[in-house]
Amino acid sequence: MMGHWIIAPVILPAVLGALIVLFMRHDLLLQRVFSLAGTIALTLIAMALVHAATVDPPEVYLLGNWPAPFGIVLMLDRLSALMVLLTGLLALAVQLYAIGTKWDARGRHFHALFQFQLMGISGAFLTGDAFNLFVFFEVLLIASYGLMIHGGGRDRLRAGVQYVAFNLVGSSLFLFALATIYGVTGTLNIADLAVKVQNLPEGDAGLMRVAAVMLILVFAIKGALVPLQFWLPATYANAPGPVAALFAVMTKIGAYAALRFGVMVFPPETAATGTLIADLMLPAAQVTLVLGSLGILGAATLGRLAAFAAIASMGTAFIAISAFTPAASAAAMYYMIHSTLAGAVLFLVADMVLHRRAHDALTEALPPIAGAGLISGLFMASAIASAGMPPLSGFIGKLLVMDALRDSAALVWSVILVSSLIAIIGFSRAGSTLFWKAHASAPLDPPAAPAQPQAFVAIFALLAGLVAMTVLAGPIMGWLEDTAAQLHDPAAYIAANRLPEGS
Amino acid sequence: MEALVASALGLLTSAGVYLMLRKRTFPVIVGLTLLSYAVNVFIFAAGRLVTNLPPIIDKAAPGYTDPLPQALVLTAIVISFGMTAVIVMMALGAFLEAGHDKVDMNDDAEDSPETLK
Repeated sequence: MMGHWIIAPVILPAVLGALIVLFMRHDLLLQRVFSLAGTIALTLIAMALVHAATVDPPEVYLLGNWPAPFGIVLMLDRLSALMVLLTGLLALAVQLYAIGTKWDARGRHFHALFQFQLMGISGAFLTGDAFNLFVFFEVLLIASYGLMIHGGGRDRLRAGVQYVAFNLVGSSLFLFALATIYGVTGTLNIADLAVKVQNLPEGDAGLMRVAAVMLILVFAIKGALVPLQFWLPATYANAPGPVAALFAVMTKIGAYAALRFGVMVFPPETAATGTLIADLMLPAAQVTLVLGSLGILGAATLGRLAAFAAIASMGTAFIAISAFTPAASAAAMYYMIHSTLAGAVLFLVADMVLHRRAHDALTEALPPIAGAGLISGLFMASAIASAGMPPLSGFIGKLLVMDALRDSAALVWSVILVSSLIAIIGFSRAGSTLFWKAHASAPLDPPAAPAQPQAFVAIFALLAGLVAMTVLAGPIMGWLEDTAAQLHDPAAYIAANRLPEGS
Repeated sequence: MEALVASALGLLTSAGVYLMLRKRTFPVIVGLTLLSYAVNVFIFAAGRLVTNLPPIIDKAAPGYTDPLPQALVLTAIVISFGMTAVIVMMALGAFLEAGHDKVDMNDDAEDSPETLK
């Protein structure tokens, strides 16, 4: 039993972020030390939470000790603990990279915003209340607005305005959906919804369908599902490298929420919604995957290439989610962990290249960059991981997704396989322009490489995570299958909320 | 009263969506604001429209109005207010950096700042 520790991943970054703004805003070294220590503490707490969620059934945390469904609750179960741990590990690597490359010195308040961002992400994963999910979405978004325009610059600010506008529309849609759900069921507690949506009077089914589709649309915006992916390429390509790498986990929040609501609140056997959500999500996910892969092939800059790789990975994840079976959900979780780490590596390597090259356009070959040997190796590793080639975990992830979707093999398998081929060609083209053709042009003396040991440590740590996921794929999948089983049998989750009888 | 609230909501939403699709940031922000007003009224209406009833259970009163949507709408108002402030500041920053306030990114070739003045 974790008791008050469940709220620690929200409280710790919130207090730390405020302290950094109030007392350390003029001392970058102090900010770095405290922020890094906070992220390490967050990761350790997340590890303890994962352990507790593994040995114990789901546990509720009543905020202000108000009983559910009237009070707001946090819920610790295996899936939420896993996602918080993933956030902590990713944040650690990203922060190390930002410190190593001095990205955090290019504007003010990087570390404070970073902590607020972690607070929002952890809260969104841990909450057991739909309206509270909206609040944490806004917390992580408002921090992400600040991080996205960190360092300033004309294009970054203009891309930032688009990003904010798009997300404000998403927030409005979210509120419309929540108000409709509340109007129909009279509750926003997820466990209570899981019970009430199943026993809905027939006359309310139509309204509930509308609300469910609006809710899934919101998660599709967050998860960059076609046709709501337009915000992603410009945002990620213009955001600072480490921030884009941290955003790799933000799209997963959309996928996580879609999984949570699609499995627990609107499972396919629900009378009101039926298979509507799956029917909408599967084609959209396939188009997302194809569009992402074509984007990798056609991207004009390295930043946009990494952004389209993120879109393609979300396509694969949503394909697995849309099946709503335990096996497919477990595969989706595995692929989501993998693509978070792989996407982050790709964005960090892209940032390294951009840092050493005159510009990041892929249309012309430039003289070799400083440290080209090591960086080209890292680029190749990240490309292999993102495209889903052996030996890294992307291959296992795609294999698991395909195995879980045997029933619709003809279409889904061909989409996944063909799009992987397109992605491989796209990555090869980018790699050869960046690193191989460089030697053909005038062999200028390469500029001195800035020493950034922490940055390389961060990238190697993320790659080590991918290798660990490959080597330990068996035990990890065993754990994830139990997690998916827990998600698909929400009885324990509902029981933990101790809802009043006959409410 | 239902018809009045419903048509006001529809009007606010459609005006908001229309403005949001404009190509300058200022109308887009005004449109987003209108949309957030519509959302707030909608949340309020989700708790059922009643008049002259207290938001707590009172034995003297014939009934009560649902207090929860009022709490939700308060949160939503605060959040949308904060978000609007953020986007206004960012739009201002983008306008000062770029010299014009067009929303889309790839317009610099044909629209120099002079032609937009």
